[in-house]
Amino acid sequence: MDPEVVETAPDSAAADPVEAVVEAVAEPLFAYAPIMPEIVLAVGAMALLMLGVFRSERSAEPIMWLSILLLAIAALLILAQGNETRLLFEGTVIVDPFARLLKLLSLLGSAVAIFMSFDYLREARIMKFELPILIVLATLGMLMMISANDLIALYLGLELQSLSLYVIAAFRRDAIRSSEAGLKYFVLGALSSGMLLYGCSLIYGFTGSTEFIRIAQALESGGANLGLIFGIVFFIAGLAFKVSAVPFHMWTPDVYEGAPTPVTAFFAAAPKVAAMAMFVRAMLTAFPAITAEWQQIIVFISIASMLLGAFAAIAQTNIKRLMAYSSIGHMGFALVGLAAGTAEGAQGVIVYLAIYLVMNLGVFACILAMRRSDGMVEDINELAGLSSNNPLMAFLLAMLMFSLAGIPPLAGFFAKFYVFLAAIQAGLYPLAVIGVLASVVGAYYYLRIIKIMYFDSPAERFDPMPMALKSVLGVSGIIVIFFVAYPAPLVDAAEVAAKSLF
Amino acid sequence: MVAAAFFYLFASVTVAAAFMVIASKNPVHAVLFLILAFVNSAGLFVLLGAEFLAMILIVVYVGAVAVLFLFVVMMLDVDFAELRAGFLRYLPFGGLIGIIMLIELILVLGAWTIAPGVVDVVATPAPTAADVTNTEALGRVLYTKYVYFFEAAGMILLTAMVGAIVLTLRHKEGVKRQDIGEQVARNPETSIEIKQVESGKGI
Repeated sequence: MDPEVVETAPDSAAADPVEAVVEAVAEPLFAYAPIMPEIVLAVGAMALLMLGVFRSERSAEPIMWLSILLLAIAALLILAQGNETRLLFEGTVIVDPFARLLKLLSLLGSAVAIFMSFDYLREARIMKFELPILIVLATLGMLMMISANDLIALYLGLELQSLSLYVIAAFRRDAIRSSEAGLKYFVLGALSSGMLLYGCSLIYGFTGSTEFIRIAQALESGGANLGLIFGIVFFIAGLAFKVSAVPFHMWTPDVYEGAPTPVTAFFAAAPKVAAMAMFVRAMLTAFPAITAEWQQIIVFISIASMLLGAFAAIAQTNIKRLMAYSSIGHMGFALVGLAAGTAEGAQGVIVYLAIYLVMNLGVFACILAMRRSDGMVEDINELAGLSSNNPLMAFLLAMLMFSLAGIPPLAGFFAKFYVFLAAIQAGLYPLAVIGVLASVVGAYYYLRIIKIMYFDSPAERFDPMPMALKSVLGVSGIIVIFFVAYPAPLVDAAEVAAKSLF
Repeated sequence: MVAAAFFYLFASVTVAAAFMVIASKNPVHAVLFLILAFVNSAGLFVLLGAEFLAMILIVVYVGAVAVLFLFVVMMLDVDFAELRAGFLRYLPFGGLIGIIMLIELILVLGAWTIAPGVVDVVATPAPTAADVTNTEALGRVLYTKYVYFFEAAGMILLTAMVGAIVLTLRHKEGVKRQDIGEQVARNPETSIEIKQVESGKGI
């Protein structure tokens, strides 16, 4: 830069009103740079909404593409932010490496979910511009959840996300299953929000603040008392509902089964990542002083989720229900990392969520491709003989299933490895042992799908897979298979992110 | 002395009205008692020095929410006798849960202690009433410290609106709508048909 220009700049700024205005605009822009992705999503969603309303039905497909573009812009803005930790709005919003990494994962999950849904929406005749916009609004809620450093910010982000999810679960409003899914999700979600708020109000009442940092300060000097623990129990109950951990999992299979399949693909990926990130941040930054108290609750819901996910999935024949129980189990495994309550544990959770996201999107690309001329099929027996009808799809799906079961050397093994390692380092041996046993039981139903694909007599062929699904399945399969060769980028990023919580 | 008298007046009427909300057989009466409860709660807020909350309670709850309730109750014609049919069946279970919650609440309130450091960490200490009015104190933080929350709440309301429209709006076929462009583009050629009518005959 030319030093002379810098010298003269203040003078000319004072003289020139235009530059003064530019400066007045630029300064707040710079101050709010850390939450620029959120601002872009909010403004972009509103702009797309206007575009959709003015151009009506014809604009659905362009708006889907524009929504993906919007999510990509938000991701680029996050990538451009560097690596420092910034607090905004007097400490109620935090943007640190943890937030950045998990925001990127959420944006990825949302964008891929929109990308995979074109063909389904066209066939089901529900190609409406509101769907991508609601997904963008839900993603905005997720970013706010991940950055929340305050109970109110957490609740507002969570509500924004949940409200959008309730609507898109019922998006196929003429199908009774979809309406039922939306209504069930809404009623149970409202109940869980109530419990969460009750817990928040108790925590606020006993510590005097809603900010995580100040709650932690108050606990350090005052310690835990009964009322506060009561509040934390309600708080965890509300959060456990959002990550669909046992015993607050009842909604998951029905909602996954009833919602339109691309919406299910979305539900299984990005919202889970965001809710788990919020869970981890709330526990580790607001209540580090009383880890021993909340640890036992997390250990319990983690064990219960792993076991229920493993045993209840065995009897399922509908692949969407099966994936619902699978996701309950996986959330149990991710909670193992949180139960450890250490930086290694948080790193394990992050690695787990990233790999879980990739595997799930791949599996749902296959589920969305289970289509014949007379419509979608969802029974797992329809996959029979896929190995001879479509060998490549069968191979990649088999790899994804092996990975979900946690068989080395696929990515899913490393996901489980890091969380169990953290649990053992934290001395939680029973938890780790039960987790490994649950993953062995869980392997049964993943392997059953592989057996159906490779050893059963072939069923009728599926329609050819659309390009979008092919590419998602391909990329997901490649990541899962070759993660072992080059795990460093994810593991290192997760380590940096986890360190920022402590 | 006067304040205490008003407190007991408002408090007793609030509780009595709240009881009548769930006890009255006629749903319209229930909503009217709800309004009475709201108005008296507003009076309690005024006594507490929270005049902004009192006014909001009147404007939002009495002015909007209660009227909305009335509309719904009158338009939907809900059969309350049918709703109450399952009441006795669920009473033991519901009562049990209620009693458990009550015991838990008593335990929590019995253990009520405020941590020693709390005074230092209070999020936004309320300024004394002599310095600023209640409304001004809220205004000072609402658009500064809490502007993020304020905007987030706005996004939630937008989402709720979009959701309601997506799930319920149906464009009916064959409904005549106003199309201003078409109206303006009309000219004599497209809108007037001239017929020669022979005398002594109709068209």
